Amino acid sequence: MELWIKIGSAVLLATMFVVIFPKAKHMLANSPKGSAQDWLGALFPIVLVILFVIFLISLV
Amino acid sequence: MNQNPVIVDRGQASVLATNKVLRNTYMLLSMTLLFSGLTAGLSMAMQLPFAMYFGSVIGAFALIWLVLPRVAKSGAGIAVVFAITGLLGVGLGPLLNYYTALANGSQIIGLALGGTGVIFVGLSAYVLTTKKDFSFMGGFLFAGFLVILVAAIANIFFQIPALSLTISSAIILIMSGFILYDTSRIINGGETNYILATIGIYLALYNIFVSLLQILGIFGGDD
Repeated sequence: MELWIKIGSAVLLATMFVVIFPKAKHMLANSPKGSAQDWLGALFPIVLVILFVIFLISLV
Repeated sequence: MNQNPVIVDRGQASVLATNKVLRNTYMLLSMTLLFSGLTAGLSMAMQLPFAMYFGSVIGAFALIWLVLPRVAKSGAGIAVVFAITGLLGVGLGPLLNYYTALANGSQIIGLALGGTGVIFVGLSAYVLTTKKDFSFMGGFLFAGFLVILVAAIANIFFQIPALSLTISSAIILIMSGFILYDTSRIINGGETNYILATIGIYLALYNIFVSLLQILGIFGGDD
């Protein structure tokens, strides 16, 4: 990767960080808290996604 | 006999409004995905350089941060959404040309595309059938995304293959979480603007597709 693309990419990602940081801070402080049951309900489809990606990898 | 007709009417109105947001979101999403496919195809045919990917992402994020918030509640917002997704499609062209040059490049692209579709349909169906509220994931998802950004910045300079793989995998998981979160916000009335809802889901799909390309490229012999 050329140096200017590296620097540009880093600047872009750093800008994203700066833009998103206040929202993330606000969300962390103000999001409703999920119960263990809620997190299990979210974990289930995410585990399926992981298994599906592993399946895709096995196909290449 | 119905004892609370006003409450029931308001409830029905809310459900109808939610269905309208969901329907408009999926309609706009499908049109923007087709448009991205078109601009990506043109970009591939024109053999645009890889720097175009970088330039289009900058242009798209400038529109997302500076223009979209001002026009999201007007008809001009739709034009801006097409501009954003068109630009991101143009950026995909050089990336897709890179993968098509690989021995099994067509297979990798096909699997990444199909895989993204299956993940989206599966996660959306899960939220729509269970009607669970995933708003509690907001803080976790945004914090997770910030961690990924820091790791990605570091890896631009360190170029560690294992870290690249970890980042791509983490992006797929976080973006899958965002699909759950965004869809649940639409059906639970937390998001009433279909233009913003479309962009949120589109970006999650875009990131999942690009990350799947990278992961399948790594395991398919591209290093």
